[in-house]
Amino acid sequence: MLLVSPSTYIAAVLFLSVMGFFFTSMLDYYSTAAQETTPAVFFFQYFCVPVLFMVPLLTMKSIAEERRLGTLETLLTTPVSTVEVVLGKFFAAYFLYMALWACTGGLFYILYRFDARFIDIGPLVGGYIFIAISGLMFVAIGIFASSLSRNQAVAGIISFTLLFGLIVGLSVLANVTLLQNEVMKPVKTAVGYAQVFHHLADFSHGVVDTRQVLFYVSGTVLALIFSIFTVEVKLLHS
Amino acid sequence: MSDEVTPPPAIEVQNLVKSYAGVPAVSDVSFTVQRGEIIGFLGPNGAGKSTTMRILTGFLPATSGVVNLCGVPVATEPDAIKHLIGYMPENNPLPEDMRVSEYLHYRGRLKEIPRRKLNDRLEEVLELCDLKRVRHRIIGKLSKGFRQRVGIAEAVLAEPPVIIMDEPTIGLDPHQILIVRDLIASLRGRMTVLISSHILPEIEVTCDRVIIINQGRIVATGTPNELRREILGHTAYQLEIAGEIAALSALLSQIEPTLVITKQGETDAGGFRTLHLTTESDEPLGEELLRVLTNDSRFRLRGLARERPTLEDVFLAATRRTWEMVDTPSKS
Repeated sequence: MLLVSPSTYIAAVLFLSVMGFFFTSMLDYYSTAAQETTPAVFFFQYFCVPVLFMVPLLTMKSIAEERRLGTLETLLTTPVSTVEVVLGKFFAAYFLYMALWACTGGLFYILYRFDARFIDIGPLVGGYIFIAISGLMFVAIGIFASSLSRNQAVAGIISFTLLFGLIVGLSVLANVTLLQNEVMKPVKTAVGYAQVFHHLADFSHGVVDTRQVLFYVSGTVLALIFSIFTVEVKLLHS
Repeated sequence: MSDEVTPPPAIEVQNLVKSYAGVPAVSDVSFTVQRGEIIGFLGPNGAGKSTTMRILTGFLPATSGVVNLCGVPVATEPDAIKHLIGYMPENNPLPEDMRVSEYLHYRGRLKEIPRRKLNDRLEEVLELCDLKRVRHRIIGKLSKGFRQRVGIAEAVLAEPPVIIMDEPTIGLDPHQILIVRDLIASLRGRMTVLISSHILPEIEVTCDRVIIINQGRIVATGTPNELRREILGHTAYQLEIAGEIAALSALLSQIEPTLVITKQGETDAGGFRTLHLTTESDEPLGEELLRVLTNDSRFRLRGLARERPTLEDVFLAATRRTWEMVDTPSKS
């Protein structure tokens, strides 16, 4: 369904043009002054911009649209279960998301052909691994948001808000003075673990911490389980 | 189908109850449908038709009661049930962005039709539903008639023993209704078909049996002819007559005590008016009426006809009866 709908291609074009824009402006920046970090590290620091608008765009349709059109009913009367439907939607969106990120590899390839000095393979691979692992959870959150509403726009906004809260909100929360209090120490530690930007920095430096991987994988599983429950509960009360 | 000795009925529903947050939508419905039958499911809006059909497909869980399809319980074996049914929901939802052949291919794969057989089966179904001309068109751009046929094609695609269609002819023009009706009739004997409809002549032509449901209860079941006798319980005549109507009643009760005038029309230019008579007697009274009225000089008779009640009358009478049944206890 993703591959036949026009909104997928619109999202893809938007994504690639935005990433291209980032890449060009980054190169422009590098050409004016010497930098300490490699282009890859710099580039992946902007990952949250495409994530915040791409993931909602790719996932908001998945279950909300089926429910609005009523095709969820025909779908669930074929020999497939709710679990299969949700997992199918999730992997379809995830592969598309990854395919789009893979396209940005082309930007690095051009840079490599132009001048191999700029390419540091470690941060580049680390960055893509981070994108692949964190993408699991982001897409799962998008699917969950889509299962909550029959309105695509509402699903998109919920998904944007959740992702914004997770990526930006938590990093803001880490600096709130209230958490400096001794009593709030457990909360502070918990928030400290869930810093998406720190994870990115670690991955870019080649540090693959299993705790961080576990954070994303468990988040994915949880979001998917909630999506399955939401679909089933809405059937019971439909 | 190994147990050919006594194959279980295609659909068996016992004491089915479904309530939404305490409000009953279906209360205590029981019926049985034999294999190969085409059954019409009739009822006013909100009678519980769609709810019952959704429970039959396993899409909605029932509050209580037993539903078996071909001997398989819906509640405990939903996966097996899904192989036994072809379902077309109300308003026939279809993905807007897919092409007809793509959609049917995708549904075929979902219904676990082996890849080898699927292409042949697709050709067959496209032929059956007369969709060959539009196979490469995008569903969202098709006319309603074609969309409806795509829905039916989808339902019969996997050749399931039971087909459930919720209002398959809604919103179609008479010509398209005819095509859909032929299509459904062509399934007779091979598949069990349960269709719901408001369009009564439709049901009367296509269906072997009719189930009338109202307020979540079955009010009547049987062939259209049985229903006429059972529900209406009287024979009706129509007279076109001129003369003193006041004197007519006495005369009528001489012919048959239960014969009464139920409706009187306006007097036209020639002094004739149309009268509707009903009687509880099953005896044919036409000849007697004709003889008595023509011999009586007070009356001039222009026409006499025995009224054949349509399914519509049956339906109205049956549903009215349930409302009376439901309303009476609440008043006391």
